Amino acid sequence: MDNMFQRSLEDLIKGFRLQLLGESSFISRALEEIRREIKATDLSTKSTALHKLSYLAAIHGVDMSWAAFHAVEVVSSSRFHHKRIGYQAITQSFHDQTSVLLLITNQLRKDLNSVNEYEVSLGLECLSRIGTHDLARDLSPEVFTLLGSSKSFVRKKATGVVLRVFDKYPDAVKVCFKRLVENLETSDPQILSAVVGVFCELASKDPSSCLPLAPEFFKILIESRNNWVLIKVLKIFAKLASVEPRLGKKVAEPICEHMKRTVAKSLVFECVRTVVSSLSDHEAAVKLAVAKIGEFLVEDDPNLKYLGLHALSIAAPKHLWAVLENKEAVVKALSDEDPNVKLEALHLLMAMDSYELCAKSDPLFCNEIIISVLSVCSRNAYEIIVDFNWYVSLLGEMTRIPNCQRGEEIEHQLIDIGMRVGDARPQLVRVSWALLIDPAMLGNLFLHPILSAASWVSGEYVEFAKNPYELVEALVQPRTDLLPPYIRAIYIHSVFKVLVFCLGSYFSAQESSSGSSSTVAFTYESILNLVNVIEIGVWPLSGAYDVEVQERAKNVLGFIGMAKQDIAKKVNLQDNEAEACRVTAFMEDVFSEELGPISANAQEKVFVPDGLELEENLGDLEEICGKFLKPVESDSVPCADKISFSVSNLRIRDQQEASSSSTSLPPKASSSLLAEHRKRHGMYYLTSEKNDPDSNGTPNDYPPANDLASEILLDPLDPKRKAKHRKSRPVVVKLDEGDESRIITSQAKTKQESVTDDESLSRAIQSALLVNKKGKEREAKGIQI
Amino acid sequence: MIKAVMMMNTQGKPRLAKFYDFLPVEKQQELIRGVFSVLSSRPENVSNFLEIDSLFGPDSRLVYKHYATLYFVLVFDGSENELAMLDLIQVLVETLDKCFSNVCELDIVFNYSKLHTVLDEIVFGGQVLETRTDEVMKAVEEISKLEAASNSISLVPKSVSGWRGGR
Repeated sequence: MDNMFQRSLEDLIKGFRLQLLGESSFISRALEEIRREIKATDLSTKSTALHKLSYLAAIHGVDMSWAAFHAVEVVSSSRFHHKRIGYQAITQSFHDQTSVLLLITNQLRKDLNSVNEYEVSLGLECLSRIGTHDLARDLSPEVFTLLGSSKSFVRKKATGVVLRVFDKYPDAVKVCFKRLVENLETSDPQILSAVVGVFCELASKDPSSCLPLAPEFFKILIESRNNWVLIKVLKIFAKLASVEPRLGKKVAEPICEHMKRTVAKSLVFECVRTVVSSLSDHEAAVKLAVAKIGEFLVEDDPNLKYLGLHALSIAAPKHLWAVLENKEAVVKALSDEDPNVKLEALHLLMAMDSYELCAKSDPLFCNEIIISVLSVCSRNAYEIIVDFNWYVSLLGEMTRIPNCQRGEEIEHQLIDIGMRVGDARPQLVRVSWALLIDPAMLGNLFLHPILSAASWVSGEYVEFAKNPYELVEALVQPRTDLLPPYIRAIYIHSVFKVLVFCLGSYFSAQESSSGSSSTVAFTYESILNLVNVIEIGVWPLSGAYDVEVQERAKNVLGFIGMAKQDIAKKVNLQDNEAEACRVTAFMEDVFSEELGPISANAQEKVFVPDGLELEENLGDLEEICGKFLKPVESDSVPCADKISFSVSNLRIRDQQEASSSSTSLPPKASSSLLAEHRKRHGMYYLTSEKNDPDSNGTPNDYPPANDLASEILLDPLDPKRKAKHRKSRPVVVKLDEGDESRIITSQAKTKQESVTDDESLSRAIQSALLVNKKGKEREAKGIQI
Repeated sequence: MIKAVMMMNTQGKPRLAKFYDFLPVEKQQELIRGVFSVLSSRPENVSNFLEIDSLFGPDSRLVYKHYATLYFVLVFDGSENELAMLDLIQVLVETLDKCFSNVCELDIVFNYSKLHTVLDEIVFGGQVLETRTDEVMKAVEEISKLEAASNSISLVPKSVSGWRGGR
């Protein structure tokens, strides 16, 4: 026979594993072979070739659509072996557009009518996977016959194909539905399982059509002991109860029975899910379900924990008490090592109206939630956030939660997002305005950091504000007296930025008489009004006690004084040589430069210029600068001279770096200087040994507090300053922290390749957005606590 | 409904990939790679579920089990129970075990057809049809007998066909 030397599939696989040529060349050689063989008239050769091709297509992604006709040929063979190969190829590669699809109709019909149940099964499987409208229409009589077959094997498979047939050819329902329903009463559990499976799918698509069968399903619910069947029936009832609420009452009882009696966790979970999603009005059932959820949550099995949280998040919107009851478990889950569990817990918290939750539970819990949410979301520069508008409003909402003590973190994130995510700026400005205008916020000490961020954001991104006038009103309102001076200073500076922006658009609108390009149009009256409001608001501050506030207030007032004249003038002339105009343009220019985040490693990336020796002993400097510097070796108190500070600071830093990197001093660092310094500043100098018995055992950078206090006036190497170099811990206005690669916009992120768990969170957050509409409304109204 | 069944080894090589909705082969390979990249980054002792909406569309869930060098993956939608799907993987593995006695990855590599036979008895057109191992075995044995019978109808003497390695 021709195929004696043909490589079979097994040979192909073996060859693949032993090949030395490289995968792709092996595959292309095999393909060539297959193309030759498949054209042979001998069906055995053809089918073997087809078999190999199917394998390559499934496992190695080789296209096999060109072999469609050959598949049809192979399937027509009388031999079971060939038929199987043919059907497998067809099932795998045919689709609605395959041109030869209709050619298999007759063959299918023949096989469906076959005596051999395995041939029937082959045909049915093929139909269930690739059935088209025409095929379904032509073969539904056969399916109808098979549904009543005496062999349960066949009936089972016929049931499996029904779904596809109904889907593609709805008229088949008229023919086959009755038989399907008859099968509901079968005693064969596998057929029953198949039938309810079909009904489950049908109910998902169209619950009302299956409603009349509710009594049958009810019977099964009560009587069956097969878990698979019960699970499907429960799913059916979940769908039916949503269209027919009275059903809920009837099924609640049996479901509770199952929940209590069964040991199968899958069934318990399905019961719980059904209850909390569709029977949420039945108190007793819900109580039992929540109890079961509680059991799941404390199990060690992470799967059960995950599913428990999932069920809880379904229950949460209507049954907040369920979450409160299990709150320790939920909070524990937030820090679970399993990312799924963590995300599910986070999702749960986000989907709820957190305001309500915190109102009813203790402050500690609230803050725990808030800090967890903040840290998870901000990880890796907000990797998981897709919708920044929603996240920004969430930050605003968190601010409003009573007992919120996470002001600094929120503040940091507001500014960070402003710098990193351009698209979020309009929303940021909106949220900030809502926070600023609210007088109640000003009274809350914990929220001051957030307000400072809000004001900075409003000033910096004023071009996105819908109404700068309102912004100014918020920033100069009388109650801002409650703010500490350094925040007040930020407010005033933001007012300045807003003023510059408004004046700029006013002047440019004047110049180009054909409508202004900016979104905000200013008339003479409105700009004058704005300026007056600012003047009135800021004027009292020009006599403030705090120098910074005073200075900034005076800056603003001075600017206004100059601008006022020109505003008046501007009404008449198109004179762009007016001083105010130029100054405004200049200031606008200054403010328009975008401030971006700076990496903590930025300094390291700056190359040391040639000729600058950082590690050399600076003792030689003595000769050069000796007249300016006090001698280093003396035991006298080092002066606070600027130069000496910087030089010795340089030395100290260099030594710190040298010593902290290894226990043995690197060759370049001068041990003599080290010893000198130690002599002079003994207690302030950090030991290079981490296990130094002298240290307090605290791994931090700061010397013990008591020692500090006595030396603080004398020592220019103030620990606070040292701390800044070490940690760059940001102060109020945060501009210097974070990663180097600036995340431009959320849309620019492309993460199509790897799907992380976190992405699913973003979907969860997106869906939670719908729930959070309530929060948005509240925030838009602004004043509400 | 079950959307896909996959088996891949810990290096990402697929050993079985069956998709119950038609997808062009490139898309199939893409999905396999996508699933592998998610799975390979999962630590041990965590839950066996994944949300993979971005790969398979909305309402898709994935359950996987890691046995030695193989990942068994089932992708399904909301009409299947998660824990039941986990059980199904168990059923599949047990059946394979009975089929090949102490199944290992190589058995799966070299018995591509038989693997499909087993799977087709359990999952049919995306529906779970059979969960009893012995029933599946019965059917698989019958089919193998039929195949062997039809295969040996040839003019080639038996000794030679034996040499050809009719498995």
